[in-house]
Amino acid sequence: MNTPTDSPKRRVRVEVNGTPIVREVECRKHLIDFLREDCGMKGSHLGCEHGVCGACTVRLDGQIVRGCLVLAAQADGHRVDTVETSTPSKRLKALQDAFVEHNALQCGYCTPGMLMAALELVEQKPDADRTQVREWMSGNYCRCTGYHAIVDAVCAVLEQQRAGRFADEPVASADEVRA
Amino acid sequence: MKSPAFDYIRADSPQHAFELLAKHGDDARVIAGGQTLLATLNMRLSQPALLVDIAGFDAWRGIAVQGGMLRVGALTRHSEVESSPLVARHAPLLAQAAPHIAHRAIRNLGTFGGALAYADPAAEWPACVLALDATLVIASAKGERRVAAADFFQGLYTTAMHPGDLLMACEVPLIGEGERQAFSELSRRQGDYAVAGLAARAKVSGSTLRDVRLAFLSLGDRPIRARSAEAALQGGAIDDARLAQVDAALRAELDPFDDLTHSAAAKKQLAATLMRRAVAQLIKEKS
Repeated sequence: MNTPTDSPKRRVRVEVNGTPIVREVECRKHLIDFLREDCGMKGSHLGCEHGVCGACTVRLDGQIVRGCLVLAAQADGHRVDTVETSTPSKRLKALQDAFVEHNALQCGYCTPGMLMAALELVEQKPDADRTQVREWMSGNYCRCTGYHAIVDAVCAVLEQQRAGRFADEPVASADEVRA
Repeated sequence: MKSPAFDYIRADSPQHAFELLAKHGDDARVIAGGQTLLATLNMRLSQPALLVDIAGFDAWRGIAVQGGMLRVGALTRHSEVESSPLVARHAPLLAQAAPHIAHRAIRNLGTFGGALAYADPAAEWPACVLALDATLVIASAKGERRVAAADFFQGLYTTAMHPGDLLMACEVPLIGEGERQAFSELSRRQGDYAVAGLAARAKVSGSTLRDVRLAFLSLGDRPIRARSAEAALQGGAIDDARLAQVDAALRAELDPFDDLTHSAAAKKQLAATLMRRAVAQLIKEKS
């Protein structure tokens, strides 16, 4: 059993939404507290803090992760993208619009995580049907129970994509993302 | 909740990790994807003084066919197993099981080897590697050794690994001629821990099964082979009378415990349902 009186720190260099950020952070600090407290980016929300609710979903090297299940120290040298990315892709913008249009947000607390999860779905599973959308989004809780509206919004963007709306905006493959 | 304080070191080689583990003993924990560890830290269920991060060992990551086996590096992410064409071709059981592992955001970070080494009886990969008769490759300061999946899982969160050991890979036999594989599980929400799950494989000709292996998850303190049910399924056509015998054999040999939401009797019922579904899938599926 460990009862340290001081908290060890590490110097962390992370590219957040395209901006390089260097900070000294406690080793125990997870990525969302780092983003909110050390980087001043409050777009990503913290819910359950043990990986269940998905409110903290952000992208790490292009793939969605639970921000509460990643240490800032683990993200050292990597790229992080949040919902407030300075150059939102057309797909993310379309999702935001669709969420408004379909009334897919009420209190809005889960929305940043929902949007990031939905964005990866739209990019990676362009042929997803409604059942697959529900399964994919099941990793994110909405306390206002807006699930049907959220699924409607995601399906609407998938349809726009199949109609060619984002044809000029390619999707990075996982390999490129990981390189 | 916030984690208690700890130190964090990125090991730059397996040797470095072995040295850190030898020096810090029980005060150190290994982190790779960290998808279970971070949750237990945030809940203060675990209070290590040091995390040794091994995620950077690139040689321990990736999927390849090597020496007649499918070798899955321990640091391979669940989502990489999920989308691997090699896995789909040579070990379709793993490809079927992957989407049941939590949610995509967690599969993107969690590792194949981490789940095996943690040996949660409700996890998918342990039951899969048991059904597939895979071999676990363990590294330590003394060198490498291999342990069969049947000997690896020894109890609740307990494996054949010793202090200072690291799991480096898993070797899975390639699917054989006429062999089919089926995975299914029942959970309260897609991605939650299974109330019961089944990894199954068999050689199939017509409606006859041979070399049947049924490995259940969430039905005991480790992944469990249902050997009586396997024996009852061997040879001869499968009909309703046979399935009733297999069902009875299965219920007699399983010994699950009650939990907060499901009684042992309910779990046996779910296991029997999964068995029937798996048999139907094995027989129906095209080879």
